Amino acid sequence: MEKVITVRNLVKKFGAFVANDHLNFDVYQGEIFGFLGANGAGKTTAMKILCGLSSPTSGEVNVGGFDIYTETEKVKRNIGYMSQKFSLYEDLTVAENIRFFSGIYGISPSERKEKQEKLLKDLGLESSKDSLIGSLPLGWKQKLAFSVAIFHDPKIVFLDEPTGGVDPITRRKFWDLIYEAADRGITVFVTTHYMDEAEYCNRVSIMNAGKIEALDTPENLKKQFGAENMDEVFLKIARNVE
Amino acid sequence: MKQFIGFLHKEFLHIFRDPRTMIIIFGLPIVQLLLFGEVINNDLQNSKIAILDQSHDNTTREITTKLLSSGYFILEEELLPGTDVENVFRRGKVKMVIDFEQNFEQNLERHGKARVQLLADASDPNTARILTNYASGIINDYVNKEKLQNLTLPNQINTEVRMLYNEGLKSVYMFVPGIMAMILMLISAMMTSISISREKELGTMEVLLASPLKPIQIVLGKVTPYLLLSFINALTIILLGTLVFGVPIKGSIVFLTAESFLFILMALSLGILISTIAPNQMVAMFVSVLALMLPTILLSGFMFPIENMPLPLQILSNVMPPRWFIIIIKNIMLKGTGILYVWKETLVLITMTLVFIGLSVKNFKIRLE
Repeated sequence: MEKVITVRNLVKKFGAFVANDHLNFDVYQGEIFGFLGANGAGKTTAMKILCGLSSPTSGEVNVGGFDIYTETEKVKRNIGYMSQKFSLYEDLTVAENIRFFSGIYGISPSERKEKQEKLLKDLGLESSKDSLIGSLPLGWKQKLAFSVAIFHDPKIVFLDEPTGGVDPITRRKFWDLIYEAADRGITVFVTTHYMDEAEYCNRVSIMNAGKIEALDTPENLKKQFGAENMDEVFLKIARNVE
Repeated sequence: MKQFIGFLHKEFLHIFRDPRTMIIIFGLPIVQLLLFGEVINNDLQNSKIAILDQSHDNTTREITTKLLSSGYFILEEELLPGTDVENVFRRGKVKMVIDFEQNFEQNLERHGKARVQLLADASDPNTARILTNYASGIINDYVNKEKLQNLTLPNQINTEVRMLYNEGLKSVYMFVPGIMAMILMLISAMMTSISISREKELGTMEVLLASPLKPIQIVLGKVTPYLLLSFINALTIILLGTLVFGVPIKGSIVFLTAESFLFILMALSLGILISTIAPNQMVAMFVSVLALMLPTILLSGFMFPIENMPLPLQILSNVMPPRWFIIIIKNIMLKGTGILYVWKETLVLITMTLVFIGLSVKNFKIRLE
């Protein structure tokens, strides 16, 4: 399978504090890659580096076939990003948000209209096309934010704790969208706190104190740590390290 | 370029959809100007006075007529000799009492000297000073012209005063440049800093930075609408000042516009700098008000003369951009001077702009690392 992200010996330091300590991993095309870790484990830092929001202290990073140091702009053209504060403009309508973000990625108006229709139909939001984002329920906002993040058909989409603050049913529906995107061949790189969500991923990496402590499929991890579920795996890793 | 226009479109939607922003941008300048120009007026008109004429002769009557026909004073009551003057003030109806001594005319003609007492209510010191100045000016003028012509006093020096550049001593001449500085600071610096820090607060800034947009495009996209709106505001204020309040523009309009543009650029770069420091909208607003608005009003020489400030504040006022802008504007509008006379102030503004941009870039890089 084709590798879309390769990371070798990635180090990120803030002064004396080492946020990412020699990270090594690959992400393959079309997989859902779960990036787990406690708060402050360094997962957001690593993710920001992969998105070109922050530059590494040392190490090799290749995203979507482009070098993060020298081809940052090409990297950015080929990724989508959704931050944990779901990221659409509340004072713009659904259509205006789509128009703005597709404009940034250079999508032509005719292509936009076509895709927008399909998107709103798939989400069942046709009647809300001209509603302000601020007036929509949180679950809808998050679905829409995700759809907008992959509107330009990126190779990889980065989701930074996308389901914070919503109920389990809405979360499950959100994950249906993620599966659909993965079926279309979009690689999904997702950070999360929720261990039940880790089960949904193809492969999972678990970070602790700046290091990757485990990386495998959820099944293998459970076997390896003799655990019933991912929650136990996570706790065992955290205890081992301490 | 298409990306950029899309960005501007989005920014204008933000501005036009937010009533608070709209009020600050379009309502505030006009309200401020009208307030300062009309209501908060240092020029006195129709102040109520009382006259205690113990002489009742031709001269005192003529002086009274002169005073009342000047437009500054209205006669509220005539006091009888022996009235308790303090009681009149306590009732609060009059601001000043004019007390002519007995045999005023006789004394003036015989001895060339007569006494009139001006009693003013100095619980409002400014008004009291202005009232007594006006009254003594009118009285002296009358006595010099009408009475002393026949008497030739030896070696008398007559001072003749002319108030150049503002003959009528109209306070609106001072307010227009001051308000312009204040409004442009407010809109350019405060609104940009708030609008950029809002993107940070909402998390949309990260999405923008993770997009193919370059940081410089993002900053320009955020700043350009405010540049346009501030510029429209500057022109509105100049226009209102000229048409409604009769403030002259003696110098070149092109030059005036160019200097306003420079000041707006300075304020915008200050706004960007604030937004690189402030983590959210509240802090941005707080910093803007505390660090920009208050000093603009208090330390720029707009309200209080810089010469009268204690030395530390005088030194501090040097780093207040509006101070230099107000000097430039006054020079161009009231004196009609060109770049030759304000190049130093212009240079100060250019330097400030460059320093703010430099610091912003530095801060921005630190944040990205």
